[in-house]
Amino acid sequence: MHQHILTQQIISRNEELASGVFILSFRRNFSFQAGQVIGIGLEKDGPRRLYSIASGEQEPEIAILYNVVDEGYLTPKLSDLVEGDTIWITEPRGEFLYDPSPAIWIATGTGIAPFYSMLRSGKAENKILIHGERYLERFYFYDDFMEAFGENYVRCCSGESDDSVYYGRVTDFLQVTDELPPDFKYYLCGRAEMVVEARDILIAREIPFNHIISEIYF
Amino acid sequence: MDALFGKTLAEIRDITGEMGLPSFTAKQITDWLYKKRVDSIDLMTNLSKAAREKLSQSFTVGLEPSMKVQESVDGTKKYLFNTASGKYIETAYIPDKDRHTVCVSTQVGCKMGCLFCMTGKQGFQGNLTSTEILNQLRSIEEWEKVSNIVYMGMGEPLDNVEAVLKSLEILTADWGFAMSPRRITVSTIGIIPAMRTFLENSEAHLAVSLHSPFDSERKMLMPIQQVYPLNEVLNEIRSWDFGRQRRVSFEYIMFKDLNDSPAHVKELAKILNGIRCRINLIRFHPIPDTPLDTTSKERILEFRDELTNRGITTTIRASRGEDIYAACGLLSTKSLVKKD
Repeated sequence: MHQHILTQQIISRNEELASGVFILSFRRNFSFQAGQVIGIGLEKDGPRRLYSIASGEQEPEIAILYNVVDEGYLTPKLSDLVEGDTIWITEPRGEFLYDPSPAIWIATGTGIAPFYSMLRSGKAENKILIHGERYLERFYFYDDFMEAFGENYVRCCSGESDDSVYYGRVTDFLQVTDELPPDFKYYLCGRAEMVVEARDILIAREIPFNHIISEIYF
Repeated sequence: MDALFGKTLAEIRDITGEMGLPSFTAKQITDWLYKKRVDSIDLMTNLSKAAREKLSQSFTVGLEPSMKVQESVDGTKKYLFNTASGKYIETAYIPDKDRHTVCVSTQVGCKMGCLFCMTGKQGFQGNLTSTEILNQLRSIEEWEKVSNIVYMGMGEPLDNVEAVLKSLEILTADWGFAMSPRRITVSTIGIIPAMRTFLENSEAHLAVSLHSPFDSERKMLMPIQQVYPLNEVLNEIRSWDFGRQRRVSFEYIMFKDLNDSPAHVKELAKILNGIRCRINLIRFHPIPDTPLDTTSKERILEFRDELTNRGITTTIRASRGEDIYAACGLLSTKSLVKKD
């Protein structure tokens, strides 16, 4: 029977980046490809959830991002862990991987993780990033993305306005922007609502559906 | 108030134990809930009046009537239910000669984002409890006639595996509805860890949504392929002994010029080699703004014959309830979802 290999890891960082959003990291002792996910659980035989890796392929630490879901099983407990505590993880898996062809990356919330991992792995050429959040404080990788993408980093903020951001949801932006080349690939990552709505908009705007690559969070 | 309906015998034992009721009371309650099928604690007449009063202080039976029902020209009915959290789900009742099937939902909406599915377009609003899953069976007009149950309504059943397993336990246990697990089918898009949990803990049939044997195509149709690719799902299935009675089937929605070619037949035969299974071909029911087309009826028949010639038992699922949006892939309560 196929089993995911589990290893125990010691947490080196578990920090709240913005209200309710945490970054958790531990020493990297395996290799992975940017865009892959790992399963995380508190006990070896307990429930696990999948999280995209949010660190570079060669970095010494593996990082993941998570939102604390109050009614969730794992994340409230995860947020209580401190440096030195342990978690169980599965080996990395998944095929939402870097493609060298020109692409638009579209992410909301912690769906930014795989794209940040690609950036940190030196895999961000020919890319445009459209990033949606409800609050400005949640663009926590702003400096890194600005440095790498410059004008090709578009922030959409639905809950607050600012001269430097598009005021609205990612899906609102996709409805109005003139820059959706049909020959680009479109990578979507985030909550199901955003992914299906953005995909419908792209298809309506004549992007071939075989150019749309989606990663869903569940 | 909490619902008694949808609780297992063990859970009801805990409740009666905490209330200081005699130990046999739990079995009496499950008899009333799942065999005598009463809808009020007051009707549980072999419980003492004091026990009924005590139970009624914290619990109700918890059945919820449907809010609306639509009937298709082919006799299929679509029921709308309210959930405890104020959301909405749909259930299909499909009569066919002596067979009376109920297609139950397991989630409000769905997280899986399959390109061809109407439920996926509404996003995800929450998991159903075992009470809410079983209420869809018990609170339809035809519940006494129901012969088969399919977990193929709104949502991905194995993304809510705990409640699904609990509902299956109640359906099949001697103290519950005592239904044969061979009359129940649970579908999944292939969430491997939850599929393993389901196979370990239930005897119900398994139906896997396949839709393309090719990795790149399946990724376009079903984002889950990024994380749990079909070859791993099939390897997992190969590692289980399904015995003589338990069935694994593969659902295959047919899309014109996308997944209906002879190359697909050849690849399906190759990847399913060694798995005792059958394939159900399903005509695609177009959803608004879809880029996908429906394969012609003639081609579906040919496709079935080509698969049959390669030794794969293949059936074509009759489309039912399309006029009331009750057919496969069409259930949705998106118009009732309150925006943030």
